[in-house]
Amino acid sequence: MTAILEVKNLKTYFFTKKGIVKAVDDVSFEVYEKEILGIVGESGAGKSITGFSILKAIDPPGKIVDGHIYFHGDDLIPKSEEEMRKIRGNKISMVFQDPLTSLNPVFTIGYQIEEAIKVHNPHMSRDEIRERSIKLLKSVGIPSPEKRLKDYPHQFSGGMRQRVVIAIALANNPDLVIADEPTTALDVTIQAQVLNLMKRLSQEKGSSIILITHDMGVVAQMADRIAVMYAGKMVEIGPTEEIIFNPKHPYTIGLIRSIPKLSGRTDKRLYQIPGIMPSLLNLPPGCAFAPRCFCKTDICEKEMPEFEKVGENHYVRCFNFRRIADDRQSCKS
Amino acid sequence: MKGIFKNETVQEFFESKEAVFGLVLIVVLTLAAIFANFIAPQNPYDLKELNLQNAYKPPGYVADGIRFLLGTDDQGRGVFSTILYGMRISLFVGLVSTVFSAIIGTILGLIAGYFGGKVDMLIMRLADIQLSFPALLIALMIMAIWGQGLDKIIIAITVVGWVYYARTVRGSTLAEREKEYVDSARVVGVGHLGIMFKHILPNVLAPVIVIGTVRIANAIILEATLSFLGLGVPVTKPSLGSMIASGYQVLFSGYWWVSVFPGVALMLIVMGINLVGDRLRDILNPKLKR
Amino acid sequence: MLEIILRRLWQSIIVLLAVSLLVFVMVYVSGDPVELLAPPDATEVEVAQLRKALGLDKPLHVQYLQFLKHALHGNLGYSYVNNAPAVELIFERMPATFELAMMATIIAVIFGIPFGIIAAVNPKKIYSKAIMIGSLFGISFPTFWVGVMLILIFAVTLGWLPSSGRGETVKVFGIPWSFLTWDGIKHLILPSVTLAGYHLALIVRLVRAGMMEVLLQDYIKFAKIKGVSKKKIIFVHALKNIMIPVITIIGLNFGGILAFAVVTETIFAWPGMGKLVIDSIHLLDRPVVVAYLMIVAVIFVIINLLVDIAYTFLDPRIRLK
Repeated sequence: MTAILEVKNLKTYFFTKKGIVKAVDDVSFEVYEKEILGIVGESGAGKSITGFSILKAIDPPGKIVDGHIYFHGDDLIPKSEEEMRKIRGNKISMVFQDPLTSLNPVFTIGYQIEEAIKVHNPHMSRDEIRERSIKLLKSVGIPSPEKRLKDYPHQFSGGMRQRVVIAIALANNPDLVIADEPTTALDVTIQAQVLNLMKRLSQEKGSSIILITHDMGVVAQMADRIAVMYAGKMVEIGPTEEIIFNPKHPYTIGLIRSIPKLSGRTDKRLYQIPGIMPSLLNLPPGCAFAPRCFCKTDICEKEMPEFEKVGENHYVRCFNFRRIADDRQSCKS
Repeated sequence: MKGIFKNETVQEFFESKEAVFGLVLIVVLTLAAIFANFIAPQNPYDLKELNLQNAYKPPGYVADGIRFLLGTDDQGRGVFSTILYGMRISLFVGLVSTVFSAIIGTILGLIAGYFGGKVDMLIMRLADIQLSFPALLIALMIMAIWGQGLDKIIIAITVVGWVYYARTVRGSTLAEREKEYVDSARVVGVGHLGIMFKHILPNVLAPVIVIGTVRIANAIILEATLSFLGLGVPVTKPSLGSMIASGYQVLFSGYWWVSVFPGVALMLIVMGINLVGDRLRDILNPKLKR
Repeated sequence: MLEIILRRLWQSIIVLLAVSLLVFVMVYVSGDPVELLAPPDATEVEVAQLRKALGLDKPLHVQYLQFLKHALHGNLGYSYVNNAPAVELIFERMPATFELAMMATIIAVIFGIPFGIIAAVNPKKIYSKAIMIGSLFGISFPTFWVGVMLILIFAVTLGWLPSSGRGETVKVFGIPWSFLTWDGIKHLILPSVTLAGYHLALIVRLVRAGMMEVLLQDYIKFAKIKGVSKKKIIFVHALKNIMIPVITIIGLNFGGILAFAVVTETIFAWPGMGKLVIDSIHLLDRPVVVAYLMIVAVIFVIINLLVDIAYTFLDPRIRLK
C-alpha cells in the first residue's frame, strides 16, 4: 500500500488573547490509497483543525507553526496560496458537518456545483460542466437532477443538502476527501444512507477518506484504520479491528466502553469517562489524559509518553499500556 | 436591568479606549456647558455686555478687558462664550426630548407588546408609517406648521424619536410575556399595570438605554439642523446650529471662526456620544455576546 | 410573488391616505389661512367671501374629501406667493433635487461599498482603521456643517469650486440638467459630496459589519475549500449575501437623501424642491408646503415599494415562498 498523504509532526496553534492554544500538537499519520482513516475524539480534541490544516485553510489567529504535509510525496507546507487553491476541491476536498450552513443560501445548487468544476477546469465548455453536474447529482441519489440544478439550498432537506455537498466534494474526483462529522447534523436514519453513499462513491472513484467524528460506532463501521486524538495529540492509531477489540490507550478503552450496545444486558449503565477534557490553553505537563486516567502513575504527570509499536501498524502513546493489558486490577493500586 | 450596572459591564466598558475617550469628551463638554456662567468670560445673552464695535474680531482679540479666544460674531459676542451657552441649549434639547420620547416610546411599546391584538396593530402601523419618512422631514413638517421655539423643537424631536423605543420594547415585551415569571406574577394576582411596569419593564430596559444614548446624538444634530435652517430657537439665544448659520452668511467675508468653532463643538459632542453608544451596544447586546 | 407586491401596494395606499389625513389635520389646526390672505383692511363680508371661495366654510370632513379629490386630480392648491399651482412649482424644481440626490447616492455607493469591504477583509490593517475613523467622523459631522466647511475650503479659501446655483445646464426633453456641462458638474460637486457624506459613512459601517459576519459563515469556508479564489469569495459569494441588506439601506437612504437635500439646497442655493419648501415655510406659503409633503410622501411610498420588490428578487428564500 502506498501512502498518498503523510502528515509529519504537524503543529497548529491558535494565538489568542488569553494565550497559545495548541489545537494540533505534534501529530503524525499517513493515509493510504483507497482507504478510510477514521479520526476519533471528543469535540475540541483537534480533529477538525487537523483536517483544515491538511488543506492549509486555517484562519487567524490560527497558524500552522511546524511540520510537514506530504501529498503524493510533495510537501504542501511551503506551497503558495495559489498553489493550494488548485489542490483544494480538486485533489483534496472536504465535507463539513452542517449541510444547512455549508451551502451559500443565495446561489442555486447548480451554480455551486458548476463553480466547483469550473474553477479547476477553466477550459471545459458550459454544456460539459452542466452534464457533469447532473451526473454528479444523480450519483449521490438526487432525483430529477436536471430540474433541481435551478433550486436553492433551502428547497432541499438536510439529508439532500449533505448529498449535494458530497457531490461538490467529489466533483473533480479527488484523491482524498476529508469528511468532518459528515452525518452528525443529520437524522439517525439518514446518517447510515449518507455514510454508505460516501463509502460506495469513494470505492468507485478510488478516493481515500479521512472520516473525522466523535462517534466510535460510525468509525467502527466505516474505517479501515482508526486514529484517536485527545487534547491536540494523537494517542493511538491502528487497524480498526485492533483498535476495537484490542485497544491499548486508556482513553480509547473508555471510548469503546462507552459505545451503546443494542444486544446484551441493558440494565448496565453506559460507561462514562470521568471528568472533562482540559482546556487546551493551560495543558498540564505530561500526558493530558492523566487526570482522567484510571491507570495513572507519577511519571504520567511529568512527561509526555512517546509512541510505541504494539502490533502490526498499531501504535500507542502511553506509559502504562502493558500494565493495563496484563492486569487491569494492578491499575487500581 | 440586573446586568446593566454590574461591575463586569463597567469594566468591559472601560476596556475600550475609544469609549473612554468618548465618555471623557461628554463629561468635559457637559460640565463646561453646565458651568458656562463661571467659565465664559462674557454672558452672550446680556445685551449690556455686548459691544457692537467688537463685531467680527478674529480669534485672540482683546477688548473691554476680555480676551476673545475664538473671535467674535456680528453682535460682538465672543464665540467661545456663545458656544458654551449654546451647548447648554443643544444638550438640554437633546436630553429632554430623548427622555420624553424614551418614556412615550417605552410605554407604547409595552402596551403594544403586552396586550397585542388591535392596539398592537394600531401602534405598530403608526410606527411603520412614521419610520418610512426621514426624521428631518417629520420634524420639518411639525416646525413648518406650528412655528419656531424651544418648546416646539422639543415636541418635534420627541415625536420623531418615540418609534425607535416602541419597536424595540415591543419586541422584547413579546418575548418576556411568554416567560414563566410573568405567568407566576399573574397567578398571584398582580394586575396588568403591575406586570408591565414592575416585572417586564426592568427586563427590557437595556436596549432602551442603548437606543437612548445614540438618539441623544441624533436629537442634538436634528436641533442644530433645524436651527441652522432658521426654524429652531430664536437668534437672541443662539444654539450651535444657529451660530453656524449666522457664520455661514459671512463666510465669504472671511469671518470663518464664527461657523467653524461651533461646528467643532457640535461634532465633539456627537462623536463622544456615538463612541459611548457603540460600546454600550456591543456590551449590552445579547446577540453579539453569544 | 405577485401576491406580495399586491399586498405591498395596498399597504402603500393606506399609508398615503394616513399621511394625507395627517397633513390635512395638522394644517387645519395650525391656524386660519384666511386671516393671512385677506388684506388687513378687508371687511367681514369680504372675508366671508374669501372663505367661501377657498371652501373653508364647509365642515372639516367635507373639506378633507375635497382636498383628497383635488389631490387625486393633481391639484394641491395655489401658491399664495407665486400665484401658480403648487404642484407645478414643485415639479419644476424636482429634477434639480433628483439630480443632486442621485449624484449623492452614486458617490455614497461607489465609495461606501468598496471601503466597507476593505475594512472588513483586513480589519487590523492601518488603512482599515483609517476608514473606520473616517466613517465615525462621517456619522458625527452634521450635514450642514460639512457643507459650510466645504464652502470655506474649496470656494472661499482655494477658490476651486463654485458654491451656489446649478451652473450651466443643458435641456433634455425640456428639463435642465447640470451634469451634462463641465460648469454644471463643478457646481454639483460640493453639494453632492455634502449630501453623500453621512450616507457614505453609514454604508461603510453596514457593509463592514455585514461582510465580517458573512465571512465567518461555513459556506464561505466551504467555497474556499472548493478552490474558489479569495477575490471571488469576497466579491461573489460574500457580496451577494450582504447585497440584500445593503440595497435595502441604499433604497431607504435615498429617501433620507431627498429629505436632507432640504439642508444642502439651502446651503448651496441649489434651486431644487428642498430650497423651495424652506423658502415657502419662511413665507408661510402653506399650499406649497402641503403639496411638497404630499408629493414627497408619494415618492417615499414608491421608493419603499421598489425596495421591497428588489428585496424579494434578491433573496431566493423570500422569492420562492
